[in-house]
Amino acid sequence: MNAAAKITAANLSRRTLKDKLFKGLVLFLSLITISPIVLIIYKLVAKGYRQISLDFIIKTPPNTFEAMTALSNGELIPGGIANGITGTLLMVVLASVIAIPVGVITGIYLYENPGKPLANLTRSISDILQGVPSIVLGLIAYMWIVKPITSGFSALAGSVSLSIMMLPMIVRSTEETLKMIPQSIKEAAVALGVPYYKVILRVLIPTGFSGLLTGILLGISRILGETAPLMLTALGSSVINLDITKPTSAIPLLIWEFYNDPNMVDLIWSSSLLLMGMVLTLNLVSKRIAARTK
Amino acid sequence: MKEDSVNIKDPVLSIRNLSVAYDKGNYAVKDVSADIKRNAVTAIMGPSGCGKSTMLRAINRMHELYENIETKGSLILNGKDITDMPTIQLRRMAGMVFQRPNPFPTLSIYDNVIAGYKLNGIRLKKKERDEVVERSLRDVTLWDEVKDTLHRKGTFLSGGQQQRLCIARALAFDPEVILLDEPTSALDPVATSKIEDLLVKLKENYSILMVTHNMSQAARISDYSMFMYLGELVEYGKTKDMFTNPKDRRTEEYLTGKFG
Repeated sequence: MNAAAKITAANLSRRTLKDKLFKGLVLFLSLITISPIVLIIYKLVAKGYRQISLDFIIKTPPNTFEAMTALSNGELIPGGIANGITGTLLMVVLASVIAIPVGVITGIYLYENPGKPLANLTRSISDILQGVPSIVLGLIAYMWIVKPITSGFSALAGSVSLSIMMLPMIVRSTEETLKMIPQSIKEAAVALGVPYYKVILRVLIPTGFSGLLTGILLGISRILGETAPLMLTALGSSVINLDITKPTSAIPLLIWEFYNDPNMVDLIWSSSLLLMGMVLTLNLVSKRIAARTK
Repeated sequence: MKEDSVNIKDPVLSIRNLSVAYDKGNYAVKDVSADIKRNAVTAIMGPSGCGKSTMLRAINRMHELYENIETKGSLILNGKDITDMPTIQLRRMAGMVFQRPNPFPTLSIYDNVIAGYKLNGIRLKKKERDEVVERSLRDVTLWDEVKDTLHRKGTFLSGGQQQRLCIARALAFDPEVILLDEPTSALDPVATSKIEDLLVKLKENYSILMVTHNMSQAARISDYSMFMYLGELVEYGKTKDMFTNPKDRRTEEYLTGKFG
């Protein structure tokens, strides 16, 4: 009797059962992992979709009295979150304008000088920066910008705190992306007599462009929903403001304000739905770009 | 004066006492002197790690891309010391082709050929550009294969075509010498023989210096051969002489397959 024949019927069925149990467990745990996002999206859509309309995007929020009147008449709350949308866009664009060049250049520096002490220090500090609580960044921007420069809450201060949040992600993704470009591509350019700065600007960055873009988009999607630092810097505004030295609203700030006003609760859901939609879209787009380059 | 390895009349390149070290004092190329014949194919042979690629890369000062590489001795290209030239000018005079085809992945076939002009910001009229692209692609016998797809990405081509594209890219500047670092080691036999035919044809207008670990390739296409071992230039001479009557015992053992 050989060894294979020793696997008796009982033995085999026990193994099959174990296998099935394990498969079931894996499936169950996977479902648990995806259930929060499904439940969140379901809740946001179910509670928020009614408020989403053109007005929601182009109008500013009602005052609490208007909202109360609408509620008591059983109507939808009038107005929208145009001030939040414009404020968020303004601050995200400004934060990107600050963080992208600094982050990409730092990333290039780290890639070019992997072993240098200053590079190692920069890399570690950048990693630590990623772990700094966002409210602390808000405090810093308050000290740096709100008090001395704009002497008051401002979009600029909000952007600075957001840009510091973005910075480590961009530095990391730039370095990692450039590392993935084969050395031979760089040598090919150098062998053509291309000066060093042009090798970086015209060969390495275009070659790794989608990687850089992915990092930037993920950085943006991270700061889109930030609330804490903005409370200490941009403060909020009930009107559309495009002046970077003035207090400015943002979608997450509005959600916080709506939360504190019992008459506006319905607007929380629609605002969150919009914000979630923006973040999700950015994430999907960056995934797409990343997949396309592989 | 008799022509020998270090005394070739009107050489395209003179190598004198060239030594290259990756770590201080640890030389990968040791005191090599040789003249390279104009309009000929010169092959550099030797087992792995003998310093052949290292020597080739010293010629266009590629080593300056990396830290801690020490280069001694002199290299005279067309009568001018290469250390007196800006690297940008030198690298236009000495085109390089690498082991693996490395077209720029973001550029089209057309743009890959004129990449040297484009990336250096040298402006050419559309007509001149077209001429350079057509001439270079014809030189590498790629024109007929790609003339209708010039604006597709260079990376869509097959490996052999990509390597010919890379040679075309090096030819676009009309270099004095073309440096090839095992250009066929990543290619199949058909693509290899195409490149070999091409090199033989190209020597009419260019001087070719090629590193190869493939002895039969050196025998097939080169006019002159160098044999390097442990960083030293062991033997250098006409390929025919070296293969039929090697002077050094080590060359003979290498050529007969006793090591390498």
